[in-house]
Amino acid sequence: MPRSTLKDEAAIVGIGATEFSKKSGRSELQLAVEAVRAAIADAGLSPADIDGMVTFAQDSNLEIDVARGLGIPSLTHFSRVHYGGGAGCATIHQAAMAVATGSADAVVCYRALNERSGRRFGSGQQPPPPPPGAQIPTHWYAPFGLVTPAAWVAMFARRYMHEYGATSEDFGRVAVAARKHAATNPKAWFYEHSITLEEHQSSRWIVEPLHLLDCCQESDGAVALVVTRSERARDLAQPPALIRASAQGSSLDQEVMTSYYRSDITGLPEMGLVGHQLWQHSGLEPADVQCAVIYDHFTPFVLTQLEELGFCDRGEARHFIADGNIELDGALPINPNGGQLGEAYIHGMNGICEAVRQVRGTAVNQIADVEHVLVTAGTGVPTSGLVLGSA
Amino acid sequence: MNADSAFFWEGVEKDELRIQRCQSCGTLRHPPRPMCSSCQSLGWNHVTASGRGEVYSFVVHHHPPVPGFDPPFAVALVELEEGTRVVGNVIEIDPANVCIGMPVEVCFVRVHDEWTLPLWRPRAS
Repeated sequence: MPRSTLKDEAAIVGIGATEFSKKSGRSELQLAVEAVRAAIADAGLSPADIDGMVTFAQDSNLEIDVARGLGIPSLTHFSRVHYGGGAGCATIHQAAMAVATGSADAVVCYRALNERSGRRFGSGQQPPPPPPGAQIPTHWYAPFGLVTPAAWVAMFARRYMHEYGATSEDFGRVAVAARKHAATNPKAWFYEHSITLEEHQSSRWIVEPLHLLDCCQESDGAVALVVTRSERARDLAQPPALIRASAQGSSLDQEVMTSYYRSDITGLPEMGLVGHQLWQHSGLEPADVQCAVIYDHFTPFVLTQLEELGFCDRGEARHFIADGNIELDGALPINPNGGQLGEAYIHGMNGICEAVRQVRGTAVNQIADVEHVLVTAGTGVPTSGLVLGSA
Repeated sequence: MNADSAFFWEGVEKDELRIQRCQSCGTLRHPPRPMCSSCQSLGWNHVTASGRGEVYSFVVHHHPPVPGFDPPFAVALVELEEGTRVVGNVIEIDPANVCIGMPVEVCFVRVHDEWTLPLWRPRAS
């Protein structure tokens, strides 16, 4: 296990976002510059203060185009993270390393996409050539029609159900909780629209065992966050969200969404590796977080993550959830913004903003007395995570 | 298809289900890759699988439409007798009746004029 010296060295000091919609009506680059401008302003900084950028390998917007749009005069750090949504928290991790080492002083992390009005990830259609390293090994799956993220996840979910006795209703309780949280979040697609378990069960099959309501939103929008040194953060406009720990993880026999050849496919060992580092680097344990933002592109992997991160034992997440623990008044409220199931799918970056708001105490569904929030990134892929805390 | 996987598809054309085998330590591996993760040997050949296996997991696809497929259709992760796993459709059965642990056997199906795929059908246990 690596020994990290990053604890509390950096902080998230600004957050910004566009509206989340199904049809933004503008370019992904425009969404990016709008969100970045908002994040810089939120921090009380100006574009000239920014000298680093990190985004997803999958993002269509070049750092230099975003910088040109904002009039950012110089960039001394720019890097990208592969593996789709697994990059989310890793952008903050890369930014924290950049500011801690002096490679840059203030880094913007961004993600902008017209995922609904543009190319839909769930369409099953051949995407444009992905960047090297982000490729699904479609060779072994596409000839058999296994071509969508829902289908790739469903294969894991079915085995998980078989081994642990979980049911579609167990996944459904995650879907219901997310929409319940979203129902009181004006920025969420499911604002004022909660669902029942019966509605989950009667929603159409997408790929058995996944119903439509097990699937996240398809959204247009952009999110940006500003990371700087913790010392500097104290002088800025917002209470800083200190980065207690940040980590990436990839494990044995890792594939992009199709790690079907491990002896056991009911876990997510790469998320276990991330969790292990987060707890070790932060000196915290699961009982020390008051709220978690758990990546929820599809409900089954929420259960798996709760187990990998140590919130419950293997196979026990369904009981943990059925007991109400993930509700706003539960022991571990998750995704108070409604998550990607209920708010929007901005590749997990909207969840990091929610974690920052929870630390600041400004969330619409604010959890009481938040000291630490855990955040995870995309599942089924090499991934990443964060623990944020108040100063 | 590339230099690492051509042997598999060449086998399929001959109605053979081939599994890559390390020439140094004998470990079987699928999907194919150039190096053995157990001993780092670059030497490999293949064995021809018996074609018998069990459904280790499966999905039934409904939406969205996939060109060339008539939903609902089943895609299984099959665990071979030899121990490796491979993905393929289960045919000659109602997708609603596919289950984990179901014994299956490979069959080679010509899906277009050009190419053949290794698919799976129920077998008596």
